[in-house]
Amino acid sequence: MPPVYIDMAETNILDVQQLTKTYQSGSRSLTVLDHVTFSISEGETVAIVGPSGSGKTTLLGLCAGLDTPSEGSVRLHGIDLGPLTEDERAVVRNEEVGFVFQTFQLIPTLTALENVMVPAELRGERGVSGRAKALLEQVGLGDRMHHYPKQLSGGEQQRVALARAFINQPRILFADEPTGNLDDETGATIEGLLFDLNRTAGTTLVVVTHDLSLAEKTGRILRLRGGRVVEDRQVEPTLRAVG
Amino acid sequence: MFDRWSWIMAWRDSRGSRRRLLLFLSSMVLGVAALVAINSFGESLEAAVNEQAKTLLGADLSFESDFPFDDSTEVVIDSLGGLQSRRISFGSMAYFPRTGSTRLASVRANEPGYPYYGAVETNPPEAADTYLQGRNALVDGALMNEFGVVVGDSVQIGSINYRVAGELLKTPRESAAMMLFSPRVYIPLAELDTSLTGFGSRVEYEVYFKFDDNRDVEAMMEVLAPQLRARDVGSDTVGEEQRRWGERVGNLYRFLGLVGFIALLLGGLGVASAVHVYVKQRLETVAVLRCVGATSRRTFWIYLIQSMLMGVTGATIGSMLGMGVQLLLPRVVGDFLPVEVDFAVSWTAVAIGFGVGVGVTLLFSLLPLLSVRRVSPLRAIRSAYEAEQSRDVWRWVLYGALGVALMVFAVFQAPDPTIGIGYMGGVAVVFGMLALVAKGLTVAARRFFPSGWPYVWRQGLANLYRPNNQTLLLMLALGLGTFLIVTLLLVERSLLEQFDVASDGQRPDQIMFDIQPNQVEGVTQILEAQDLPLIDQSPIVTMRIKEIHGQTLAELREDSTYHVNWAHNREYRSSYRSYLTEAETLLDGGFVGTVDPSTEVVPVSIERDLAYNELHVDIGDTLVWDVQGVDMTTVISSIREVDWQRMQTNFFFIFPNGVLEQAPQMHVFMTQTGNDEKMAALQEALVQQFPNVSTVSLSLVLAVFDEIFSRVSFVIRFMALFSILTGLIVLAGAVLVSRFQRIEESVLLKTLGASRKQVLRIMIIEYLFLGVFATITGVVLAYAASWSLAEFVFQTPLVTAPIIFLLALVIVTGLTIIIGLLNSRGIYARPPLEVLRAEV
Repeated sequence: MPPVYIDMAETNILDVQQLTKTYQSGSRSLTVLDHVTFSISEGETVAIVGPSGSGKTTLLGLCAGLDTPSEGSVRLHGIDLGPLTEDERAVVRNEEVGFVFQTFQLIPTLTALENVMVPAELRGERGVSGRAKALLEQVGLGDRMHHYPKQLSGGEQQRVALARAFINQPRILFADEPTGNLDDETGATIEGLLFDLNRTAGTTLVVVTHDLSLAEKTGRILRLRGGRVVEDRQVEPTLRAVG
Repeated sequence: MFDRWSWIMAWRDSRGSRRRLLLFLSSMVLGVAALVAINSFGESLEAAVNEQAKTLLGADLSFESDFPFDDSTEVVIDSLGGLQSRRISFGSMAYFPRTGSTRLASVRANEPGYPYYGAVETNPPEAADTYLQGRNALVDGALMNEFGVVVGDSVQIGSINYRVAGELLKTPRESAAMMLFSPRVYIPLAELDTSLTGFGSRVEYEVYFKFDDNRDVEAMMEVLAPQLRARDVGSDTVGEEQRRWGERVGNLYRFLGLVGFIALLLGGLGVASAVHVYVKQRLETVAVLRCVGATSRRTFWIYLIQSMLMGVTGATIGSMLGMGVQLLLPRVVGDFLPVEVDFAVSWTAVAIGFGVGVGVTLLFSLLPLLSVRRVSPLRAIRSAYEAEQSRDVWRWVLYGALGVALMVFAVFQAPDPTIGIGYMGGVAVVFGMLALVAKGLTVAARRFFPSGWPYVWRQGLANLYRPNNQTLLLMLALGLGTFLIVTLLLVERSLLEQFDVASDGQRPDQIMFDIQPNQVEGVTQILEAQDLPLIDQSPIVTMRIKEIHGQTLAELREDSTYHVNWAHNREYRSSYRSYLTEAETLLDGGFVGTVDPSTEVVPVSIERDLAYNELHVDIGDTLVWDVQGVDMTTVISSIREVDWQRMQTNFFFIFPNGVLEQAPQMHVFMTQTGNDEKMAALQEALVQQFPNVSTVSLSLVLAVFDEIFSRVSFVIRFMALFSILTGLIVLAGAVLVSRFQRIEESVLLKTLGASRKQVLRIMIIEYLFLGVFATITGVVLAYAASWSLAEFVFQTPLVTAPIIFLLALVIVTGLTIIIGLLNSRGIYARPPLEVLRAEV
């Protein structure tokens, strides 16, 4: 992989400029994101909200380097993701990014502990099990480390996913509808854990959600409609209902 | 080569799938086992031939001639010194007076001494030596069993009765299969009825040498052989015999290897299909790994390592199994071997089998594995996401590598490169046709979908083309197995049928030959007395070509532009008559039936293939013959096509009446006895009055042919068994793979109110369609292949045998349904909640 230039003077962890994503479907083209521009500073917590089909998940995918834009650019911790190959972006993700998915996305053949260890092991680190166990203890799964995903409830699976997301101490965490598949009570627990871990680690958090109450717990809300940012507002600290 | 993480992940990822992976790799096991067994056995066989080289000939050197050795050859024989032992071999009727049975036998009249190496094995063992002391004989064990002859009985050869001193079990130079063609009877040379070796008889004179002075026999024969050949004396050294058998056994095991190769190929396809489905089930995992930072190469490695381990495990089990199977092979092909083969593991064969097994697994796995490289991490957030698939150049590189590797292997394994290439071509056509039919079936099922059919039929039929269907793989596995077996059965039936047809109606079923001119009347009287028809009578005159195209054979041999072959050198047995038989068709020129005895250039008729392909002569060309010392000039006046399959005497050359009547000759008679009693009566009368006259009955030829064919087909079936078992494993694997899909579907159907009977019927209907279509395709291809073999190789009409088609249809389809249902058992028992909670 060629050396990646990082502008250390940069204070924004994420810098999105004129981001456009167009899909070709036969002779028709569908613009899902239309010249979206915004920046997120280190340590910020941001919610991306909007109705179904507004482009939230597409935006998350592009910001996290899971996909490439049709136009525009994404700089993640000063790294322009545009010129990078998919494998180079994978390395950036491993170094800089954590993920939490709506459907948990644990690897079914790995135990809870092994699932948490994967990102660190990918970096070639050894002896990571101690760190992984500590994280699992932190999310309240100290006694279920050796269970497979199939043996865990939805809430427990999402807790494992949270632990996995923080194992590499990422600079930025992307969460895609983290409570979307959970009941209210479990969802609230997960929210609490998410913000706790985030606060402790000082990670930047970007949450895509339908859930306005969750969005209100972040510091800033970006509202999308028809692929455009129609609102970008700070949430009053007094209104935040951090779980 | 791979990093630690990839190894760890490969191991972890295989959890929960190891039993399934075991089934996938088992499709490789039998192919590798066949390869290891055959190559290892082949090596043991070659080693046995080399070690037992001297016993193959039984001597250091032998001379053979169709005539008694002339004076100059006798001088050479004398001058060679060493130990010498003579033998005279000829065909004659063996008559067993106690049982009243007769049979044409190959008689060997031996002097003491031979074999100098190896031994004649008899029961009782001492008979091998004692039979030479007096009028004793050793008789082929199979012949004794057939006729109920026991030691102490007598056997009449010619006009002399011999006491059966023992049962002949094993002799040098002759395998058990050879004995089937013509059973052996050994008698002492000193006690031979010399009237049997008179004019017209096919006699071989042999002398065997043993030298104790360590002379270089090969070098000596380089000088002597040309001189002997000029006198029509052939020679054999240990080295020549060793080379000849080495080539034969090499061809034998290579041929078996090609049959076993199909198993490997089928196994490869099984692996490819299994890996394809396995990878599909792993796409989410791959996407998550990509999300958390795994590069495409490292995720690819996880599955490559798994495939590699699968290949290594399969090849190891296959190699071990192959060593076991090798123990069986001497029993399977033992009848065709001249030597005893000891079991010895060939590590080269094991290494080749292991390497090929791992290589084939990897090559076939790589095709589906390539898609792992292109899994987008986006799948983790959008499960329905499908990346735009551009052309993958590596896919074509792999197809090329696979084609080249298989071709190289087939060429390496085949007796010669042309056969290897032809074989691969044939296999490719069969695979291609089966794949084409599978594709056509899925397209047709979708396009002409019978929307008016009952629900379960529609659902069963729709399973043929729905995503992740197993139609292609099952068609290949089932179709290929059916193709192999049906081809074998059809060819076997066609070959046997031609003899059955030949025995119908008024066709002759007994041939009597070596009848001397003064015996013609006597034999005719025997036939009349027994009320048997004389269907055909042909005089036979032996002769050799002396000149062709105005040049002597000696001159032609020196002409480097002219190719002198067997057709120039052989002794012809020609006949004369004024008519063409039913087996002959005039193709060109005019057939001349009678000429004046004073004709200087005699018009003759020649058989087409001999004229065009061997002697390269045409109408108007002249040939000068040496008719037992008298020159006769002939001109080709007509060209005939001869149906050699007919049970009658056929000739390359037919002379007109008028010129050969005075030449030394013998006669061949044909009659129809119709049943075994009349046949036995005729043979007994002939052997009593004219012991030199030999008879061959059609039923005997048929029985011998049947026996030989059944032994050959047993060998082929044994090897085909590997392919068929592999096909069944691939079938079971494919059904198992689709089982996971079916569980989800069946449980959903159940949740929606489908009864157990309906779910079962849907499955039965799907496998019924697959079984029926695969069998029909396999059978149609088998008919095409059998027709080609019958038409171009065996030149016999193809027997359609609809019963074979029906049996294949019932058995293969039934087997498909049974395996399908066995593998699907328990599906219905799954609680709907499992699926509803997506925990299948």
